[in-house]
Amino acid sequence: MGNEILKRKERLDRGVKVRTDTVYAVSSWQEIFFLLAPRLVLVVGLLSAPLIAPNLYWQKVICILGVFALLSLGFDFLSHFVGLVSLGGALFIGVGGYISGICNHYFDLPIALSIPMGTLLGAILCTLILLPTLPLRGVYFAIVTFVYPLMIERAICAADVLGGTDGITGLTMFGNIWFSQYIILGVVLFSTFGLRKLVNEDIGMVFRGVKDNDQAIRASGINITLYKALAVFISALMGCFGGAYLTHLYGWVGVSLLATDFSIFPLVATAVGGPSTLVGSLIGCIILVPISETLRAFGSLRIVMYSIILIFFIAYWREGLLNWLIRKYEQSEHWTRV
Amino acid sequence: MQIIVYGTINSLILVFMSAGFALAYSVSRVPNFTHGALYVLGGYLNWMLLNHFGVHYSLSILISTFSVTAFGWLIYQLFVIRVRGMQLSEILVTFAIALAILEFLRWHGLRGSTFVLPSFYNGTINIFGVIVDYQRVFVMIAAISIVIALYLFTHYTKIGLGLRAIAQNERAALLLGINSDRSAALALGLGSALAALAGITIFPLGNINVATGYDVLILAISVCICGGLGSWKGTVIAAFVLGFAQTAVVHFIAPQFGILVSLIAVILILIFKPSGLYGQQKDLEERV
Amino acid sequence: MNKDLLLRVENLNKSFGGVKAVRSMNLDLFKGDILGIIGPNGSGKTTLLNLITGFITKDSGKVTFSSRDITHWPAHKIADAGLVRTFQIVRPYSSFATYKNLIPPLFSPRNRRTARGRLGDRDAVAIDILEEVGFERESAVIHKLAGTLPLGYLKRLELARCLAMNPELLCCDEVFSGLSMAEIASMVPLLERLRRNGITIIMVEHRLRELFKIANRLIVMNFGEKIADGIPHEVMKKDEVRKAYLGEESAL
Repeated sequence: MGNEILKRKERLDRGVKVRTDTVYAVSSWQEIFFLLAPRLVLVVGLLSAPLIAPNLYWQKVICILGVFALLSLGFDFLSHFVGLVSLGGALFIGVGGYISGICNHYFDLPIALSIPMGTLLGAILCTLILLPTLPLRGVYFAIVTFVYPLMIERAICAADVLGGTDGITGLTMFGNIWFSQYIILGVVLFSTFGLRKLVNEDIGMVFRGVKDNDQAIRASGINITLYKALAVFISALMGCFGGAYLTHLYGWVGVSLLATDFSIFPLVATAVGGPSTLVGSLIGCIILVPISETLRAFGSLRIVMYSIILIFFIAYWREGLLNWLIRKYEQSEHWTRV
Repeated sequence: MQIIVYGTINSLILVFMSAGFALAYSVSRVPNFTHGALYVLGGYLNWMLLNHFGVHYSLSILISTFSVTAFGWLIYQLFVIRVRGMQLSEILVTFAIALAILEFLRWHGLRGSTFVLPSFYNGTINIFGVIVDYQRVFVMIAAISIVIALYLFTHYTKIGLGLRAIAQNERAALLLGINSDRSAALALGLGSALAALAGITIFPLGNINVATGYDVLILAISVCICGGLGSWKGTVIAAFVLGFAQTAVVHFIAPQFGILVSLIAVILILIFKPSGLYGQQKDLEERV
Repeated sequence: MNKDLLLRVENLNKSFGGVKAVRSMNLDLFKGDILGIIGPNGSGKTTLLNLITGFITKDSGKVTFSSRDITHWPAHKIADAGLVRTFQIVRPYSSFATYKNLIPPLFSPRNRRTARGRLGDRDAVAIDILEEVGFERESAVIHKLAGTLPLGYLKRLELARCLAMNPELLCCDEVFSGLSMAEIASMVPLLERLRRNGITIIMVEHRLRELFKIANRLIVMNFGEKIADGIPHEVMKKDEVRKAYLGEESAL
């Protein structure tokens, strides 16, 4: 045996890999930190963003980021965990926004009531109108979610109700920009970690089973339509809250809430950030929203760019950013002495 | 009487619009969301060739149809083939491509009355006491010819029979040596061609705009769902049912509500008979 | 009605297009039976199973289970009532770990109505059930992704999934197919144990020798019709049965 000190590469998570699905056999502070660090970075980063934002414009951007994040979370959950591809983020935003606006404008309800009403009633309404497609397989749900927002927009403009093409203006706005930022960030974080916990719970297994093997779910005595409806309801709650929030952020509601923008953005954010991870869609939004805001001048061209990005990610890099990062993080190595 | 004539015209227009989507889906099982976009693209290319390059009308029709077909085939080879089999990804990809095309055209300024295609032949004709312009007559004739041509193609030519075989039972067709990928490419190419032709023929009735792209997609999908995804007879019959329903609504209620008819029809069908009016047995198993 | 009668099928019919898959099927099943359903390929055995368990709609006929008319019930409601089935083409939840495959049935309303279901830790119950069907409690197999399991394990997992439902009637669709003699030999005691624990079993099978070891009744189907019904020994002696399996000339 020689006297040389040999060095070799060793994975950082060497100890942490001794674990099962639900139990981590951690044995050192180092390992706990390794696992917690990414989550902490995310939470701390998001919560301090409003403090770092240079001006009101960027603080509004953070608010919009929150709305898109909620939509994207809902989309990731519905399509990658339950198997229902929703091409209609605009549906949730629009319904939530309009109901909230109606409560505020026609019934003079304060924000504290109109937002929850918009969220809850909106989610119930969305689930009900999507109900006929739930006993059937994926395509129908996708088609109908895509068609509904367009139809509702036409109906509103044609019948000239609910403000028609101009929309309803003069709604109550949030008093304080700090409040509006933190409330949406709070909801986003709650939803993210809440959904992550949900999909690992027993009921989450049922949801995932719907995507994986619906015959087996039926054979297990579970009413598949009921659980699909529940999943849609959860996703709709998040989307409708976003819509209601948006209404009171700007003080008006109009058919632009039903724009295709809202339908395609969750798709891109999730594809870029990393499908099936929930947090991935959040990260996708964090990357894409600021970029998209700076490119606001380009109008419809932005949707073109989203689409092209989406196409390339789905066709050529299905894994997405977060999944790739996770792999690299867990595989990262350091030199140790032998 | 007016309603009957306009209803028939409307129904045949719907048949024409839906043919491409139905063909592509029944053979390749890919719901081609780019259908509406290709429709508009066909019309737009035709307009460009006519107005910017001064090409003769019949030549421009040929070139634009061919270009859109090639484009549709290209989309398949570059993108759709990579996600074939994963239906949800197919939807996402074709949906994204459709948006890319349509929103790009919208940004480019495709609206208003500048983008108008001239009729093939000016003048009107009197049908059962109703004045109908020649262009509409062309559309009707084109629609009927296409249905007949497709029928003959899929029943009497080798390639067509191959397509029908794949549509009915992919596994069995594969065993017989029919190449599934090439058939799918062919079907999607044909579907694109039909979409372009529909756009080129129907746009002269109005003006070219982006909203039509979305409308055509919705109408084509509605007709196919109501008729039964995969059934030709069903698609044609559904087109007539929807066509007349739409005409009635437009006539008796208001013009803007016409397209809502398709949404209501789809929802009703999904509730009561999800496999469509003439859906195949296979589709019944779609119901979970 | 006989108190021991568990399942009664009356005049069941089903056609696919022009093909009559099941014609005028009648059958009575009593608690504690192990009923074998055999017949040549295409005789309608699996269709019959699909009809009884609600996975395919019936053209006409009536099915009664524990004195309840389940003819028009959807599949999940029938499973909820205690009539469960395995699938011929075994498909687990391939993206779940093996023991997690039992969570959905443990989560079903049928289980949540019982005390066991309200006990909380379904993971532990799942591992218990897996042990019952022959998985080793401490092995790594239980945590592997179900999509990576070999066929023998998958078949046991199917049975475990059914057991997790606490069934009264278990319908096995070709559960022996694809298994080696040794694997089947180890499954037979399991099925017998289930019967002793009060579960009635229907087995659609092709592996006759193994089936005869446990079935106490046999139904033979051919072209959608029942051509024989009775004790295995006697049924196999019948001319019609020989004709169906071995061809016309052998019925001599």
